[in-house]
Amino acid sequence: MTERHDTDVLFKALADPCRRKLLDLLNAHDGQTLNELCEHQNMTRQGVTQHLHLLEAANLIATVRRGREKLHFLNPVPLQEIYERWIAKFEKPRLKALGDLKRRLEKSNG
Amino acid sequence: MGKSTFVYVTYIRTTPEKLWSALTDDVEFMKQYWFGTRCESQWIPGSSWKMVSPDGSVTDSGEIVEAEPPRRMVIRWQNQMKPELKAEGASLCTMELEAAGTAVKLSITHTIDREPSKLIAAVSGGWPKVLSNLKSLLESGSVALQAPYPAAKA
Repeated sequence: MTERHDTDVLFKALADPCRRKLLDLLNAHDGQTLNELCEHQNMTRQGVTQHLHLLEAANLIATVRRGREKLHFLNPVPLQEIYERWIAKFEKPRLKALGDLKRRLEKSNG
Repeated sequence: MGKSTFVYVTYIRTTPEKLWSALTDDVEFMKQYWFGTRCESQWIPGSSWKMVSPDGSVTDSGEIVEAEPPRRMVIRWQNQMKPELKAEGASLCTMELEAAGTAVKLSITHTIDREPSKLIAAVSGGWPKVLSNLKSLLESGSVALQAPYPAAKA
């Protein structure tokens, strides 16, 4: 696999809202089984399984077998690489100021 | 009793032997990707293990539980710097290296028999930075981050 291929797979995996939701669920509670992850989704078990496969191919989740169960863990290492490659080098204080502004304005809308 | 775990995985374009050396006996190399920190050990089962920060203080210590170069290492790991982390007792850190095509899959699993765990929360923040630097250094010869918390540009 080339580096470019890795990056394409990673951004493609992050492009889907269902897959981002799965990452959020694992961030809230790491090491969940397929059954536990399905409880929170308006999706078939098969759909969740497919999303998990794509996330694993992008190395965004890691799986561990425990007896008959397969546990899913959020793997933040590729996200760290995105951070270093695409965010850290830009000027962070200004980005943070913009982020704060956006959050405050959107909060006052809701 | 609960259990806190994380599993971090990275694929590095190198050989298992080079990666093993980078994780164990190549102290100068380690300091480059671990923000000046080094580990000291004989890297054989039963030998003591400690992590030493740039100022010479021992931040974490324990012993080597399993060592099977260049495939698998298990370290019993206890924090020594912060009383609340030290009080949680020993954790287990497992490193597994597995050839995957032209790369090596490195999995780091860190567990402790309690939930929640401040130690697991603390170390899980550091590993992605260290692993990302290790990958950059082995693949390109330079690290991505010079400091764990880069100073913001004015």
